[in-house]
Formats: sequence, C-alpha cells, structure tokens
Amino acid sequence: MADRLSATDLTAVFADFQRAVERDRDLLTELDTAVGDGDHGTNLDRGMRAAVEALAAIPQDTPGGVFNLVGRRLVSTVGGASGALYGTAFLRAARAAGAAEALDAATCTAVLRDATTGIAERGKCATGDKTMYDVWMAASTAAAAAAGDGLPALLAAASTAAGAAEQEMVPWQARRGRASYLGERSKDHRDPGAVSSRLLFGCFAAWADA
Amino acid sequence: MKRLYNSPDTVVSEALEGIALTHPELLRVAHDPTYLARVDAPVAGRVAVVSGGGSGHEPMHVGFVGPGMLSAACPGELFTSPTADQVEAAVRAVDAGAGTVLVVKNYSGDVMNFEMAAELLAADGVATETVLVADDVAVEDSTYTSGRRGVGATVLVEKVCGAAAERGDSLAQVAELGRRVCARSRSLGFALSAGTVPATGRRSFELPDDEIEFGVGIHGEPGRERRPMQPVDALVDRAMAAICADFGADELAGDVLLFVTGLGSATPLECSIVARRAVQDLDRRGLRVARNLVGSYMTSLDMLGVSLTVLVLDEQLAELWDAPVRTAALRWGR
Repeated sequence: MADRLSATDLTAVFADFQRAVERDRDLLTELDTAVGDGDHGTNLDRGMRAAVEALAAIPQDTPGGVFNLVGRRLVSTVGGASGALYGTAFLRAARAAGAAEALDAATCTAVLRDATTGIAERGKCATGDKTMYDVWMAASTAAAAAAGDGLPALLAAASTAAGAAEQEMVPWQARRGRASYLGERSKDHRDPGAVSSRLLFGCFAAWADA
Repeated sequence: MKRLYNSPDTVVSEALEGIALTHPELLRVAHDPTYLARVDAPVAGRVAVVSGGGSGHEPMHVGFVGPGMLSAACPGELFTSPTADQVEAAVRAVDAGAGTVLVVKNYSGDVMNFEMAAELLAADGVATETVLVADDVAVEDSTYTSGRRGVGATVLVEKVCGAAAERGDSLAQVAELGRRVCARSRSLGFALSAGTVPATGRRSFELPDDEIEFGVGIHGEPGRERRPMQPVDALVDRAMAAICADFGADELAGDVLLFVTGLGSATPLECSIVARRAVQDLDRRGLRVARNLVGSYMTSLDMLGVSLTVLVLDEQLAELWDAPVRTAALRWGR
C-alpha cells in the first residue's frame, strides 16, 4: 500500500482511466443520448487517448506535470462541456500539486479541493444541480475527512463517496448543462459526467488498493 | 444506415475540405486547431465577428463565413462545441486590432470554451465582446436552469453583426446590435424524427409515427414534451402562439422578420407550407412580415422538423439585414 503518489503512479492511474472510459464508452454515450447530445463517451475517449499518448511521448517528473499535460490535452481535444470541465479540474490540480515529487494525503486533499472548486467556477454549478460537480464535491469532502488515515484510506473514501453520490443523484432534476433543458424529463436518468467521474475516482482507489 | 459518409471519423474534416475547395475565393480552412476564416481577413479597421459550435448544423456556421457576415467560424466535432484552442486561433487569425465579437449559443459547452478563449485572448490584450444567444422559448428560463438554448436567432445575430462590422461600427456597437437582435428574437422548434448520429448510425431518439417532439433543440436532445401528431397548420399555430406569448405586451408590434429553418430533412416544400401558415398567423396578429428567410440554414443532421424564429425589426436592424452578404450559404446585394 503506497502512501505517496508519484508521477509514474499518476500516469498509470490515467492510463487505467483511459481504459475504463474506452470500455464504458458506449454506456456513457447512451446515458448522454437520453439527456443530451450523446457524445460524452466518444469525446472523453478521444481526449483520454490523446492525453495518454502525450504522457507516453513526454514523460513527466512530477504529479503536477502529469495533471498539467492531461488537462491541456483534454482542453484542446475534447471540446464541449466535458473538455472544459475535466480540463479545468486537472489544470487546477496541477497548480495545487505544484513541484512536489509525490503527493501525500495532505497534498492530495488540496489537489482534490482545488480541482473541485475549478469545476464549480468553470461550470457555474453548485451542489444539487445534478452534474459531475456533485460527485467531485462528495469525493472531495470524504477525502478531506479521511486525510488523517493516510493516502490509501483517503482515495478509498473518495471513491466510495463518488459512487454513492452518482447513485443518489439519479432521481434529481438537472439544473445545469444540457440535461436541464429537459426539465422534469431529466429525472430518473444517470448523469453521464457523474458516471465518468465515478470511474475516475474508482481508478485512483484501485491504484491505492493494488 | 446508408449515407454519403466515407467514415464516421472523417465526416467533419472532409466536409470542411469540401467547402474550402469549392469556395476558395471566400474562405480558407486551417487544421489543428480547426477553423475557417475569410480569405481577406484580418480586414483593416474592421471589427471581426467569430462564431462556432458543434458540427452537424450546416450551413451554420461554416456556410456563413464571408464579407457581410462571419470573419471566422470554428466547428467542433459533431454536436460538440469547439475547443478553447480553436476559438482562440480563429480570433487571432481574423482580429485586426479593432476587437472581435464572439457569437455564442447558450449551451454550456459552447459558453465555457468561448469563455476560456476570451480569457486567454484578454491576457494578450485582444479585446472580445460576447453576444450570448438564448432565444428558445421551449426552455423554461429560471435561476434553476442554464437558461434558454440558443437556436435560430444565431443566424440573424451573425448577419446583423457581420453587416455592422462591415460598415465600420465599433466593437461596442457591433456587440450592442447583436444583443438587440437577441432581445427581440424568440424561437421554437418541433420535430417528427431525430437526427441520425454518424458514429452510431442511430437516431438520437425514436418517435412513434403518431407523435412529435415539441420544443426540440438542435443537438438531438429530446424536446420539452411529446405530443400527438397534428396537421402542420395546428403545429405552426401552437409554435407561433408560444413564441408570441413570450414577448412582452408592448414588444411585439410593427415589422417583423420571420425565419423558418428546416432542421435537416424537411424539404423546401414543407418549409414553404410552414412559412405560409406562420405568415398568416403573424398577419392575423397585426404584424407585418417585412423580411423573411426560409430554407435549411441551421440544421440538426437529418432531423425532420422545423424551427421558427420571430425578430421584431427596427429601422436599423432591417437596414443591416438588407446589407450585402457574400458567403457560401447566404448571399445577396452587391
């Protein structure tokens, strides 16, 4: 059980996330088709492939460097709300990680908090709007509460909270993003951004658990 | 699904190459990041007008690049907003130092990416003004939603802003005219079938033969409500009633511009039938349809449906509408 997350570890987590998105691409797109325009799976897949390729071509020495490269690639290849939101989250994460050689529980808490704030600012969303922000906020809050128990416990808590939030949101009515245009009809649908976010936190927890 | 696509992956790039190859006198295409720009841009002393959005809405926006309308357009992937890089590169290519008006449809992805680009440009001293189009009356506008979608009025904003820029108006003036068009426009669309997404080959929603989606957007997202199919006249009446009811009591008077756009699969025959009823309806309300545009100008792949837009004209807006325009999809005057 590693208690510090290095640039190599983070690169592996993103490679894992890319595979998860590729595997669930059709599910994400299907969920998005019900409430939006049906491009979440294909877009995030395209962006994460580009990000993983960039990490292979330009290996990074610090977690901050990894977050920065992934954020930049997502912003410039994805488009749509998901590119802007995920891109902003990782760019903010990069800033919070700074030049640290590895992330410990305290730095990870700060990284998650700043990334979450970035999503809220970029998307002008709040908790309860039924967007990916709800999942990030739940994960971030749980991570902060578990920070004293070390990095693996923190990542496990974040992942569990993300999964619970994603489920809890299903009956809600969307108030931001394209799903909000459906009004009442957005109820009882899973939010695609919440699902992909839950996948990401699952990849972090799986790394810690390995 | 049988379509004239070589491959779902190359639909957008091949279409852009096609438009550039067939209109070399008007526009040029740039790749990585992708945008189309007027060949003569930047035009000295003139404000630039840049718009963009997901592909699949052709001829919007790529067909509206040229003198009298857009300086550049940035097309994203299908139904996906352009990236901030695309917007930034397009603005840098056409900004002549007089500033750039960004015409943005109110969809979260578009808003965020244009906003990021504007931040990057501002850091380098490039001035932009954003005109946010949010004309779709199907969407309830409250503090609990992302506001209304931007649909048909976008085409009208682009024409008016382009004409104002062409005559030499300042950045603030061009933006003000764009916002005036937004404030005086309302739209509503309905569809008998959804568009077919090339990647999946499937319609983005399925409709039984006897039902329609009322209040659709332009990205294959379902409408506000599903209703039983009715004769066209009844559908148009319902749409016009919703559009007109949304204007303030004293806002809807005098001359109006009626814009009827097919959403991809509606034939010119069908668009004319819709326009016929819409003109009759406006006439009954004591309004004069002084200008109109009827045809498929803002589409949603092969969606079978129409969107109706009413713009309350004033003298200046009518003059800018009549000003010469030379683009692939819209051209008159000169």
